Amino acid sequence: MGLFERKNYKIFFRSKGEAVLWLTGGGLMISLIMIAFLILLVLKNGLGNYIPLPITMMELKNGELLMGEVTKSELYTLDKAKFDQLDDKDKLRINENGMKEKRYLLRIGNFELTNEHFKWVSEYEIKNRSYPKDAVIIERLEWGRFYGIPKEFRIDGKAVSTDLNGIISNYKKYHDYVVKLWEEKVSIEKKEIGKLNHYIEKERLKLKKASMDLSKAKATKNELKIKEAQAIYEMSKAEFDAFDKSVKKNYERLIDKIDDLKKEYERYSIHFLTVDGKEKDVKLFEMIRSYYANQLTFSEKVGVYFSRWVEFLTGEPREANSEGGVFPAIFGTVVMTLIMSMFVVPFGVIAAIYMKEYAKSGKLISILRIAINNLAGVPSIVYGVFGLGFFAYTLGASIDKLFYSAKLPNPTFGTGGILWSSLTLALLTLPVVIVATEEAINAVPNSLREGSYACGATKWQTIRYIVLPRAMPGIMTGFILAMSRGAGEVAPLMLVGAVKLAPEMPVDSIFPFVHLERSFMHLGFHIYDLGFQSQNSDAAIPMVYTTTLLLITIVVVLNVVAIYIRNRLRKKFIGSIF
Amino acid sequence: MEETLKNSFDTERKTVYDPLLNNESMIISLKELRLFYGNKQALFNVNMDIPKGKVTALIGPSGCGKSTLLRCINRLNDLLDFVRIEGDITLNGESIYDKSVDLSELRKKLGMVAQKPNPFPMSIYENVVYPLKIDGVKKKSILDEACEKSLKSAGLWEEVKDRLKDNALGLSGGQQQRLCIARAIAPEPEVILMDEPCSALDPLATMKIEELILSLRGDYTVAIVTHNMQQAARVSDYTAFMYMGYLVEYGNTINIFKKPRLKDTEDYITGRFG
Ligand SMILES: Nc1ncnc2c1ncn2[C@@H]1O[C@H](COP(=O)(O)OP(=O)(O)OP(=O)(O)O)[C@@H](O)[C@H]1O
Ligand SMILES: [Mg+2]
Repeated sequence: MGLFERKNYKIFFRSKGEAVLWLTGGGLMISLIMIAFLILLVLKNGLGNYIPLPITMMELKNGELLMGEVTKSELYTLDKAKFDQLDDKDKLRINENGMKEKRYLLRIGNFELTNEHFKWVSEYEIKNRSYPKDAVIIERLEWGRFYGIPKEFRIDGKAVSTDLNGIISNYKKYHDYVVKLWEEKVSIEKKEIGKLNHYIEKERLKLKKASMDLSKAKATKNELKIKEAQAIYEMSKAEFDAFDKSVKKNYERLIDKIDDLKKEYERYSIHFLTVDGKEKDVKLFEMIRSYYANQLTFSEKVGVYFSRWVEFLTGEPREANSEGGVFPAIFGTVVMTLIMSMFVVPFGVIAAIYMKEYAKSGKLISILRIAINNLAGVPSIVYGVFGLGFFAYTLGASIDKLFYSAKLPNPTFGTGGILWSSLTLALLTLPVVIVATEEAINAVPNSLREGSYACGATKWQTIRYIVLPRAMPGIMTGFILAMSRGAGEVAPLMLVGAVKLAPEMPVDSIFPFVHLERSFMHLGFHIYDLGFQSQNSDAAIPMVYTTTLLLITIVVVLNVVAIYIRNRLRKKFIGSIF
Repeated sequence: MEETLKNSFDTERKTVYDPLLNNESMIISLKELRLFYGNKQALFNVNMDIPKGKVTALIGPSGCGKSTLLRCINRLNDLLDFVRIEGDITLNGESIYDKSVDLSELRKKLGMVAQKPNPFPMSIYENVVYPLKIDGVKKKSILDEACEKSLKSAGLWEEVKDRLKDNALGLSGGQQQRLCIARAIAPEPEVILMDEPCSALDPLATMKIEELILSLRGDYTVAIVTHNMQQAARVSDYTAFMYMGYLVEYGNTINIFKKPRLKDTEDYITGRFG
């Protein structure tokens, strides 16, 4: 009997496949749970980062006063020596918590006064806690947040109002005005002076080229040539001097204008008292956002929350990327992904067409196919090294020698840039596109091809009008996969052109508008930089989540758009027969 | 029964022709046609002339080489690189397997309708004018005219004239097959090759196609493969019976069906084997 049962059990296990069902189902479950967990973590931290918090004032038992936002709290194990020194009330509480003490991460800001952005405070250190109504949070252009109690509104250093209502109404009256002036100044600095610098650089290069030509001519010892080059050089020199003069004049005019603006907007400030009794004058133009944190109504909270998101999405980064926006990184990511797609899709499709439609199927093609599939397994950093070595240092250096020789030894294309990054990622994602396209071409029924040939079409016509349209949805799938991979890749980009802070965008208003040689910011690299390179890591970590959320959203949006297009194509080209 | 048939073949290997064929003017001639799929021979010394302006049916059991033969005529077998063809085929007296033959030009003279409807994934209009467009015809008036004319000959015009811009994949199976016929006749070929055009259709759609074939007769030469004896009897002027890669008997349809000369043909037609 026992024997029989055991046999039966074995048969059950082997043949029924019940075990396999459980195994596969369980595997799927585990992966789903892990993905859901990751997404939830990113969502919670990413979305929660910008919720306005109240200002807490803490009076410590050692007499110190602290004020700021509690950004995090956690339990930790207190060491025995510390524990023994505590009074009974604290000991009781800690015992109840299983020998763990609670501590809070207080964002105290006022970095220029305290030299700290954040401070850990344990529960046992706190004597009492309060939420002062008149305390203000100020997000500033520099030095991070400021926490204080406003005392005076000042113009030219003289108090014009000292009561709360007066300060608020003056703030409202002057803030927009001051910010506008400040923005004007930034725009002059960035755009107009940038343009001037650009032009003068161009002229300088012209002159340098002329002088190089001259010395070249001198080396040939050909009188005629020397004379000619000399003439050109002299002309360029005169041109340059004239240009330089006019530019200098312009330059001075702009500097004067900036000074005027500066003088005007720096007149307005608010005088604050901090919790540790220090006084501080905060200029009005520095204040990006200020609010009485403990008096906010719900709708005001929502307003602050969304205005922070708007700044994040449209603004430029501040404070070593740990504050402000990521617009340049969004822009860089999207532009890089688009350029990459422009390269990888045509190349991938052409390669796949050749392998499927033209090449005779044989050993060579099989080997090629295996090689391509294996390319997908090469670590991405290797592509980065290749991109740097081949694209930047070899190809780029030759381009520099040919077209930008006047600028040498400063590289133009001979260093990392958005073009080389796009090409590197195009190479990285090429196998994906080739494999997807090959499969799509495989799936085109032979009857369609024969129908086309029977109509008298040539091979190319058949590919162009029948095979490619029909394979389009599949090609789109490859494109989607490549795009997601490209947008999320970081390692190779670190080598070939992504930077922490790009001074200029790859697309701007200066001719020729698209600057493929420029380095650029990328969301993936931004995340890496925030998470691992940041000085102020307590402020940066929440931004990691927010930026990750954004990157995931961008990838999802790109995918949804592509999938939408694909489904429309599918309806159009495949449909149902009968 | 099959055994005896095979044996009789291996000994004789001679096709029986109907003398009535001698009265016809021929458009296509197959001369000693042999075809090999790799090492496997699929056609054995086929000699067959297809009369101009008539409908010729090819019948025979599955796998006997009907499709292969049809595809030799418009050289579709060339697409398979493991196929070897010996012998010759002439169209209007000129060899189509000559090196100088332009395949596109040849195929434009030979319209083809496949067993399963294979409309292209584009609009009805685009489908019909596809052969003209790839031929370089750009003028809209010519294309429009050709489209209307072929759709009318294919008996589809009334059903689709209001939705020419719709995707062809939205048509029913029978409509799709008639669309493929319209596409095949759009460039006004000399010959139309049909490989079981009705095998995927219901009786009503089949009837329409048969009417269509009858109406094409005279203007076009039609070669049609079919498994349906009644169909062959209804639409064709001449019938060829094939078996195992051989052309067995070829003659006037009425003669083949009423008094076949060979017992094998009779057996096949009366459904006693195959
Ligand atoms: N692509 C191919 N590769 C190898 N052998 C083939 C190929 N196509 C056809 N054959 C062989 O050639 C022979 C004739 O095939 P063919 O398709 O011409 O038959 P058929 O008479 O059209 O049959 P059916 O009535 O079933 O369509 C068959 O034995 C078949 O196995
Ligand atoms: Mg067949």
